[in-house]
Amino acid sequence: MFLSRSRSGAEAPRGEKGVSRQAAEAPPGQGPRPGTEGPTGGADERAEGREMSAGATSSVGPERDSGGPPGGTQLQGAAPDVPAAGQGAAGRGWSPPAGTGTAPAQVRISLYRQMATMRAFEKRAYDLFLEGLVKGTSHLGLGQEAIAAGFGEAMRPGDYTFATYRGHNHCLARGVPMARIMGELMGRSNGLMAGKGGSMHLTSVEHNMMGSYAIVGAHLTIANGAAWSAKLRGSGQVTVCFFGDGTTNIGAFHEALNFASVYSLPVVFVCENNLWMEYTPIQSVTAVARPAADRAGAYGLPPVVIDGNDADAVYAVASSALEWVRSGAGPLLIEALTYRHGGHSRADPGKYRPEDELSSWLARDPLPRFRARLVESGTDPAMLDAIDLDIDAAVARAVEECRASGPPDTNLVTADVFADGGATWRR
Amino acid sequence: MAEMTYRDAVAAAIAQEMAHDPSVVLIGEDVGAAGGVFKATVGLLEKFGPNRVVDTPISEQAILGAAMGAAMTGLRPVAEVMFSDFFAVCWDIVANEIAKARYMTNGQVSLPLVIRTANGGGVRFGAQHSQSVESWAMSIPGLKVVAPSTPRDVIGLFAAAVRDPDPVIFFEQKSLYPTKGEVEEGELVDELGRASTRRQGTDVTVVALAAMVPRALDAAEALAQEGVSAEVIDLRSLVPLDVTTIAGSVARTGHLVTVEENPRLCGWGAEVASIVAEECLFDLDGPIVRVTTPHAPLPAADALEDAAMPSVARIVEGVRRSLA
Repeated sequence: MFLSRSRSGAEAPRGEKGVSRQAAEAPPGQGPRPGTEGPTGGADERAEGREMSAGATSSVGPERDSGGPPGGTQLQGAAPDVPAAGQGAAGRGWSPPAGTGTAPAQVRISLYRQMATMRAFEKRAYDLFLEGLVKGTSHLGLGQEAIAAGFGEAMRPGDYTFATYRGHNHCLARGVPMARIMGELMGRSNGLMAGKGGSMHLTSVEHNMMGSYAIVGAHLTIANGAAWSAKLRGSGQVTVCFFGDGTTNIGAFHEALNFASVYSLPVVFVCENNLWMEYTPIQSVTAVARPAADRAGAYGLPPVVIDGNDADAVYAVASSALEWVRSGAGPLLIEALTYRHGGHSRADPGKYRPEDELSSWLARDPLPRFRARLVESGTDPAMLDAIDLDIDAAVARAVEECRASGPPDTNLVTADVFADGGATWRR
Repeated sequence: MAEMTYRDAVAAAIAQEMAHDPSVVLIGEDVGAAGGVFKATVGLLEKFGPNRVVDTPISEQAILGAAMGAAMTGLRPVAEVMFSDFFAVCWDIVANEIAKARYMTNGQVSLPLVIRTANGGGVRFGAQHSQSVESWAMSIPGLKVVAPSTPRDVIGLFAAAVRDPDPVIFFEQKSLYPTKGEVEEGELVDELGRASTRRQGTDVTVVALAAMVPRALDAAEALAQEGVSAEVIDLRSLVPLDVTTIAGSVARTGHLVTVEENPRLCGWGAEVASIVAEECLFDLDGPIVRVTTPHAPLPAADALEDAAMPSVARIVEGVRRSLA
């Protein structure tokens, strides 16, 4: 039965055996918590227990390494008071795969290309803003690329993406052409929505990028609808809904999580916790330390925190989570720790953030970190250089296409208010 | 022909559309096992099953968000907001998300969905369960707004709303639920944006909506006793608005009175009055008069609520002012 409340999901897909959880690899900046060590940013990548080693195979359960992330956030971990699997709640029985590095080489190259594309795109968008060619506001995803790339790579073409106003990366991750996105930022006729939406509303239905939403929290409820539809249609599609840490304190978040859990909807909620809402640290206004994970239990879901700056880890978790959710076992909520390199929006230099926090996170920049790991595991740096050059050229071409594209036809002002193509409200 | 209550017509309308199109689903609080708090969805769960008739938590944002996401991806959801007053807790989804999706995406997204809601006063529920909020919806570009006054129109207009490719807010006036009317046999499908002239007259045009329609008809009957011939137009939908029918009537009568259950400021009658003033000024032989609820919340006590809402006597008085 489609919306039965049975929790009898299929057997949980499990992560790879015999890999280590990244106990020592922890994003800094979550603030002090009792009984934990401070930031470790800048640690040598090779010393982080990255590659396969003996150790735990699952992070759910009371036994846990003591070396959790600084600030007390438990990477890929569950609180000890969470009941063991099989007690009947949605998501119970799933745990994120520990460790990474098992993705096929071509997937990892694709991850690199995705992240490098996002980085180059956003940097160029910022430059165009300084040139006065990108107008209005936009919210850059610099520093948060690993989450978009990791999930984007793990998703099937038919899966749905719902993102926030910080959604450029997620659009790129679904294969939307750069020129269409940049054109939308620049208000040009070649824009994804011909300039009618702007940076905060990027949508490309043909890529199943079902929208970027600018009212905090709303799209979690809408993502549920797409998941409900997929479930009713039996299509096997999974919906992935990205949102920020600030979303966890708005009512729609809680309504949506409960709703998804009650009806076992095929949706993965991904909290991109970059530690700052807009100008205020999330921790200073939130009753719990882990804004998404510590709420998961209220909706029958396991608490999951992952390193969102580790593309391998994100891809591994995303693959496992998507498989679990696709099996009909119900939704999942994943908190991915990350950091935005810039301010909240383009006009914000982000100077309110402590220098040591910023520097420690910049040291964990997901792109050079992943590149170094690729090279370490045998990828020819020349190939990565070639990819970089290729991307630079593609960005340049996209910008030229936008520059050559004129402003949208002003007839669009009253187009598509209604399905007849116009704005006629009377007869 | 069969006599049916407005309440039973709602269930019949939903059943007609669910039988007509398997992608139509019903979602809302208490709409399934309980048959609706107004008993307007009785029998639907039994007939169509829990996959298509879904009881939800008290989560209006989640309900409307789910309807939107489902409409984006191939379903034709019918979502219930139990009382229209509750739009205030989910208006973001209605006004920011549902209404704007097609426009902002340059036509990529289509939202064929209906939001049903029990609207209006007259049942002594007090200020948070009695408002007439159709003018809220009318003011948002991208929404269609429908409010039937008879059991027959409930079915015909609901079918039109469900089959419409745009989001439609479907106001069921809760004071009308027990009222009865004749409904013809067979499938009924109307067209949105067609007003209905419920009584023909030559002296004054009275434009009304939903529960104000029978009240305007009573007023017209009273006015007939004193020799005034009132034409009563039932708008049936605010968006699209049937300006053609209104203007045609005013051209013949020279007088316009609107009867609105909503409070005065920015009520739909103000839009009708402004259109007539702008486009039909030289047809007018007297002032446009609006009969509305005062600019005040609705009180609970029957004596107070009755005094607040437009009464037959106030409509008659309004017509006299227009003709004076």
